[in-house]
Amino acid sequence: METLARKLIAKASGQSSVAVGDVVVCKVDLAMIHDSGGPRRVKPMLERLGRNVWDRHRVVVVTDHYVPADTNETRAIQALTRQWVVDEGIDNFYDEQGICHVVLPERGHLVPGMFCVGGDSHSPTGGAFGAYMFGIGATEMAGVLATGEIWLRVPETILIQWTNHLGRFVTAKDMMLAMCGEIGMGGGRYQAIQYAGSAIQDLPMQERMTLSNMAAELGAQAGLIAPDDVTAAYVRAVGGTLAEDWEDYRIEAVDSVRDHLTFDAATLSPQIAAPHSPANADDAGVFRHTAFNVAYIGACTGAKYVDLAAAASVLKGRHVANGITLKVAPASLKDQNRAEADGTMSILEEAGARFLANSCGICAGYGDDRLAEDEVCLSSTARNFKGRMGAPGSKVYLASPYTVAASAVAGEMIDPREMMEG
Amino acid sequence: MARLWRFDEIVDTDVLAPGAYMKAPLTELATHCLEAVRPEFAGQVGVGDVILGAPNFGVGSSREQAAEVLRHLGVAAVIASSFAGIFYRNAINLGLPVFTLSDDLYDHPGLVDGAELAFDFDTASIRLAASGDVIKLERLPDFLRDMILDGGLIPHLEKRFQAATPAGG
Ligand code: SF4
Repeated sequence: METLARKLIAKASGQSSVAVGDVVVCKVDLAMIHDSGGPRRVKPMLERLGRNVWDRHRVVVVTDHYVPADTNETRAIQALTRQWVVDEGIDNFYDEQGICHVVLPERGHLVPGMFCVGGDSHSPTGGAFGAYMFGIGATEMAGVLATGEIWLRVPETILIQWTNHLGRFVTAKDMMLAMCGEIGMGGGRYQAIQYAGSAIQDLPMQERMTLSNMAAELGAQAGLIAPDDVTAAYVRAVGGTLAEDWEDYRIEAVDSVRDHLTFDAATLSPQIAAPHSPANADDAGVFRHTAFNVAYIGACTGAKYVDLAAAASVLKGRHVANGITLKVAPASLKDQNRAEADGTMSILEEAGARFLANSCGICAGYGDDRLAEDEVCLSSTARNFKGRMGAPGSKVYLASPYTVAASAVAGEMIDPREMMEG
Repeated sequence: MARLWRFDEIVDTDVLAPGAYMKAPLTELATHCLEAVRPEFAGQVGVGDVILGAPNFGVGSSREQAAEVLRHLGVAAVIASSFAGIFYRNAINLGLPVFTLSDDLYDHPGLVDGAELAFDFDTASIRLAASGDVIKLERLPDFLRDMILDGGLIPHLEKRFQAATPAGG
C-alpha cells in the first residue's frame, strides 16, 4: 500500500506512483513567503533571472516577522515587501493579519492533496491538512517562484501512532514535546512523519497544526496527518474548496511503513522542555518549583484560538502571581476577533495579560518585548534555542498554554492538573 | 595534492557558519568556518580538498551560508553517510557537491584524516593516494549533477532561460 507522502508526491510529479529514493520534479500548487525571508531575498535573484513569479495566484505573501516595524531598517523591509506585491500583482497578500502558518489555513489556502512550499522552517504545518508542505531556503524559493517547480528526493515515512485518548489538560503541544524528548531533534532525518491513531483523530485542526508545525523540531521534511471529516469540515467552514478526490488521501499507511513509533496518549502528562532544546522535555511535575518571570502565550505553535481558549479556561477567575508578566500575542487577527467575541480575551485581560501584536514578535527575538539578560520565560512557542527570544543569557522553557497559564498563576512551574483537579 | 578532512563529531550549521559572524561578508564568515571544532581548518583547507563527515552532516538551521562557505573555501565535495535535509538541498542549490557513502565504506581504513586523495566529480569517486584504492560514491541524478556543474540553482536556471530565449531579441 502506498503512503500518504508518496501519493501526494506522485500526484505533484505527474506520475502514477513513486518509490522512496526517487528524485522527482514536482509542480508547486502554492508557495508561501513572508517579510523576513521573502521579497527582500528573492527579488534580486528573480531580477538576475529576468523573471516574474510563475503564477501570481499561487503565491501567498504574509507580513508577520517584522511586525510592528519599529526601526528604519524594518520599515524599509515592509515597504519593499508591499511594493513587490504590487509589482508582481500578487492577490493573496496578508499584511499584518497574523502569523503565516496560521493565516494560510484560516483563509482557506490549504486543502488535502496539495503540494506546497514555504519560505520558513515551520512550513510542515500544512501537513495537518493532508497537503505535502515543507520549508525551503531563499535561493530555492527564487527557483520555485521563477519556474513553479521543485526537485525532491522521495522520503521514507516514519509512522508515529498515538493510541487511546488524551487526558484533560493534556494537549498536542505535550504530545509534541514528549516526542522531541523521546526521539530528539534529528529524529526525523528529513523523512516524512505521519501521525496516526485515535488520539490524533480526536484533535481539532488547530491542535493537529501544532503537531505538523513541530515536525520541524523532529528534523522531518513533512509532518502529515491523513485528512478526515474534521479536515473537510474545517476547510468548508473557512471557505476553502475541497477537491472532488480529496478522500483518496485518507491514507493512514499503518501496514506499509517500516519505521513505527507508538505512544500512549492516556498515560501522557503535561510536558515542559528545559533550555536550550525542545528535546529536553520531561513531565511538568519534574520542574515543580522552578522559578520564572515571563509567561508567554505566542507564536504559530502556541497562540491560535484553541491555545487562547485553553489558557483562558485556567485563568478564568484567577490572576497571574506577582513577579510574573503574562504576555499574549494571538497568532492571527481572526483568532483574536473570535476570542474577543466569545469573551476569551477579556478573561485573559482580567487575569492580568498584556497583549502584543498578531505577529512572530518575541518568538523570533524581535521587538521591545524580547527577553532581557537573565530573564526566564515559560513559553507556548516551538523553540528554546539559546538566545532565540532575546538576550543570550535569557532562558526559555517550553510548555502548553494550560501549563503556561497555570504556572503564571502559581508563580512557579506546575502541572496544570494540580491547579485544576487537585 | 588534495587532502581529506575527516570529522567524527556532529557538524552543525552553527559550526559551519557561526551565528556571531552571520552578518559579516561571506569572505569573513568563511574564515570562521569549523573553527569551533578544528581551528586550523579555514586557514589550511585547499582547493579540491574533500570533507568526510559524521551522519546527519549540516544539522541545524536553514542558513544557506553553511554550504556557501565550504564552496567559497574551495572544498570539492562533502561526503557523509547521511545529511540533514535542508543542508543537503542548500548545498546542491549553491553548487557544492554532496555525496552519500554507505556505512561499510565509511569505515574504510584509508579514509583517515589528512589522507591524500584525488576526487573526481564525473565518476563520483575518490582515489586514495596511499593505497590506490578507488572508492565509489553514490551517483547523483543527472539533473542535480548538471545543476552543480552550472554552479547552483540560479546560474542553472539562468542558462536554461537563456537557452529558451531566441538569440538576438
Ligand atoms: S511565530 Fe515563531 S516559529 Fe512561528 S513563524 Fe514566527 S518566528 Fe517562526
